[in-house]
Amino acid sequence: MRLRVLFPLCIVAATMMQPALCQTATMSLPAAVEAGKAFSIPITGSGKATLYIIGLGQVLKRDVQLGQTTSFPAGSLYDAGRYLAVLSGDSSTQSGEFDVLPVNRPAELAFLARPSRLPVALHDGITGAVYVFDPYQNLITAPTPISFELTGPAGSVQKRAMETHDGSAWASMDSTGQQGVDKFVAHAGEISSTRVIGQVPGDPCGLKMTARQSGQKLLLETDPVRDCSGNAVSDGTIITFTETFNGGQSTVDVPLKHGVAEVQLANHNGATISVASGIVLGNQIHWKD
Amino acid sequence: MLRSLLFLSTVLVGALGVGSAQATVRIEQSDLHGPRALSEQTRAAVIRDYLQSWQSLRSALEQNRAGLLDPSFIGTARDKLTETIRQQAAIGIKTIYQDGAHDIQIVFYSPDGLSLELKDKVEYDVEVLDHDKVKTTQHIIARYVIVLTPAEVRWRVRVFQAAGE
Repeated sequence: MRLRVLFPLCIVAATMMQPALCQTATMSLPAAVEAGKAFSIPITGSGKATLYIIGLGQVLKRDVQLGQTTSFPAGSLYDAGRYLAVLSGDSSTQSGEFDVLPVNRPAELAFLARPSRLPVALHDGITGAVYVFDPYQNLITAPTPISFELTGPAGSVQKRAMETHDGSAWASMDSTGQQGVDKFVAHAGEISSTRVIGQVPGDPCGLKMTARQSGQKLLLETDPVRDCSGNAVSDGTIITFTETFNGGQSTVDVPLKHGVAEVQLANHNGATISVASGIVLGNQIHWKD
Repeated sequence: MLRSLLFLSTVLVGALGVGSAQATVRIEQSDLHGPRALSEQTRAAVIRDYLQSWQSLRSALEQNRAGLLDPSFIGTARDKLTETIRQQAAIGIKTIYQDGAHDIQIVFYSPDGLSLELKDKVEYDVEVLDHDKVKTTQHIIARYVIVLTPAEVRWRVRVFQAAGE
């Protein structure tokens, strides 16, 4: 469909001692142009005028010869949007509108993946959102196939496939049970964008300690501390030992070192000793010599 | 069906605390395709900041001063508008964009809360001046797709693209 804009260009030049000249010009605008493509605007009539192409992304101005086709080579208009074409003569101006549309070929993905680090085995813990752009950084609003792929540290793959809505799409994935690095990839057409997600051990699971006498003291030592997926909990994680005896209580915080925590407490016969890490409670020992 | 019902009826821009424009604003119920819930406070802030971006746009293009875009635009949108202003200045053109009506719908809120997309059917007038001589004033109706991202104290427009009527 082409828009035809009548352009009555009437030049009254009586003051210049010339006969009045009346012409009618027609500007045929394309309804839409693909970004970056060549296009032309045939203009009928005779004489000269100025053609303005006005948009929020680009502005062009051309001196044109009426009665000829004004050609715009490839790359002239590349920013998608609504454009106003204004044909201005000496005494009259006409205008019309047309659209520049995004190229329906993905060239760039804006891919936001969160978080950058998370505990293992978290359902829907990883999310990705993507916006799809054409070679001219126009958002491709037509539905575009997108796929998300998350490869876990052990090589397991989760996939989601969909189409964009108004240029955007999103997916959520589970963190897997093994600590390490995930590769999170968004694909659109022949392009892709990759983000790296770190999976760290979760909270301790099955926290257990043993106690034994060590001289005048009581030596407490945990088993190797692991999360519920069997990953060693990071060194530095605080393990809290609490001894309750005769109405009194003493607490010692110890960081994990080489996967275990150990501490010496006063040896009180009949004491109750507990171990915890954050809100995770371990076992309890009632100590008797 | 319910989704097509208007969430809020006509609201004057002035009621949202935006500039001197007389644009009417209609906000349709959000049709989010993302998983993240949108609070009423966030919705109001986004719409307020988006409408203010039209004021920034108008001032910047009318005065050919790209710096006036800074409070409201960022990234691709800012770059493209800056280039437009450069082109306008180079050929002696100024444009005055006056928005008259907005029909806004929020369509996507990213799971991480770091981007939000809305659609707006906008009616606006464009006045074109060549070396300060008015060439034409045209009334335009266009559908815009806008992506905003949160900045320090406000939402800023990152993608600003008309998609035609």
